[in-house]
Amino acid sequence: MSLTRATLVKDLRLEWRSKDAINSMLFFALLVVVIFSFSFDPTAEESRSIAGGLIWVAFLFAAVVALNQTWAREVRNQVLDAYRVSPAPGNSLFLAKATGNFLFVLLLEALMTPLFIVFYNLRALGPAWQLPLVAGLGTWALVVNGTFFAAMSLRTRSREIMLPLLLFPISIPAVLAMVQATTSILTGEYSARFWIVLLAAYDLVFTTGCLLLFDIVLNAE
Amino acid sequence: MKRIFPILGLLTAVFLSYALYLALVVAPTEQTMGDVQRIFYYHVPSAWTAFVLFFINFAASVTYLLRRSAKADIVALVSAEIGVVFCTVVLVTGPIWARPVWGIWWTWDLRLTLTLVLWLIYVSYLVLRKFSTSGQTPQVAAVLAVLGALDVPLVYFSIWFFRTQHPQPVVGGGGSIDPVMLHVLLMNWAAFSCFAALVFWSRYRLETLKREVEETQAVEALLETPRSVR
Repeated sequence: MSLTRATLVKDLRLEWRSKDAINSMLFFALLVVVIFSFSFDPTAEESRSIAGGLIWVAFLFAAVVALNQTWAREVRNQVLDAYRVSPAPGNSLFLAKATGNFLFVLLLEALMTPLFIVFYNLRALGPAWQLPLVAGLGTWALVVNGTFFAAMSLRTRSREIMLPLLLFPISIPAVLAMVQATTSILTGEYSARFWIVLLAAYDLVFTTGCLLLFDIVLNAE
Repeated sequence: MKRIFPILGLLTAVFLSYALYLALVVAPTEQTMGDVQRIFYYHVPSAWTAFVLFFINFAASVTYLLRRSAKADIVALVSAEIGVVFCTVVLVTGPIWARPVWGIWWTWDLRLTLTLVLWLIYVSYLVLRKFSTSGQTPQVAAVLAVLGALDVPLVYFSIWFFRTQHPQPVVGGGGSIDPVMLHVLLMNWAAFSCFAALVFWSRYRLETLKREVEETQAVEALLETPRSVR
């Protein structure tokens, strides 16, 4: 646990000083929002039913930008090899990286949500207090698998392109759940409860799976 | 083994032709759908074969993670490859049938979506195998196969709920099936399974030989003694 905290604090400090990931993510998400906004140009009524999809597609693409940089820092000076030699469990490293990414993507979402509201004239007709819950569970769903597959794609040629190819097919149920939950809260037409439960189940299954299998990926020779 | 292979190949070809004859001539024409229904004898057996192969892939991947045997890895690779081929057949024949019968090429129905997502996962599995550096491929691929299998029930429940909320287009089938049709279907499935097993076996042999050659070459390159060249 102390290793998790140490790695997490180190990553946050590095990110605070460089702001590499958050800047590129923010600008990328901004571009997606602007391009979507003028390519669809929806009315308030329409935007309520499509915004759930647009928001999450924008965050998904932006998250990939950050996730791709997760392990780059550790590879550069063979830090990852040092981790493998050390007696520290691989899981705590994974947990730190996933938490770091989770915080970055949450920050991105907090900054981008006002922009979405402005560009698409959004106002939730359903219970808005559920939105942070959906955001938290959904972001963890993307980030836990994303961090895992980013570590996996270190083992491949053309790393950057591998991550979305691995992440997107597996994330289909999570993305569907996030989009449907958000849409149902925005339109207020039906309850989002099933989707929130599904997201929680998804998080539980894949967090467990990733923690069990991470050592194999870390130590793959 | 070399002598058995052509015989088995010939037998499979005869069986497949017989199954084709059954599907096109012997099976009765469906009342409402007409001849287009006959695609069913290719569509359904391909789907069953693909799902069996994907299951073999999952079992082999788990075996690999537990035992680290190279054979399990080859089985996983080969079953995923052939499974993707059969799954592609399913995804191509499905819309051809759906267009005249349902009036649409595609719908986000439970089975359709599940098949498509499975296809996507296994294509990404094959892409990963293609792009990863050789020594690590088996482990990384087996991990992906296990995670992909974990995804299947979640996809199932999400689509199930997604589609029970919205009205479905007309879904054909269900209920009773003519015994002759069932017989033809099962014969076709048997023929397809034989074909899949034959391809599986030859692909397995090929992959084993390929790895042996690579190993020998690596050893020879290491030794570099004049005696290795006769």
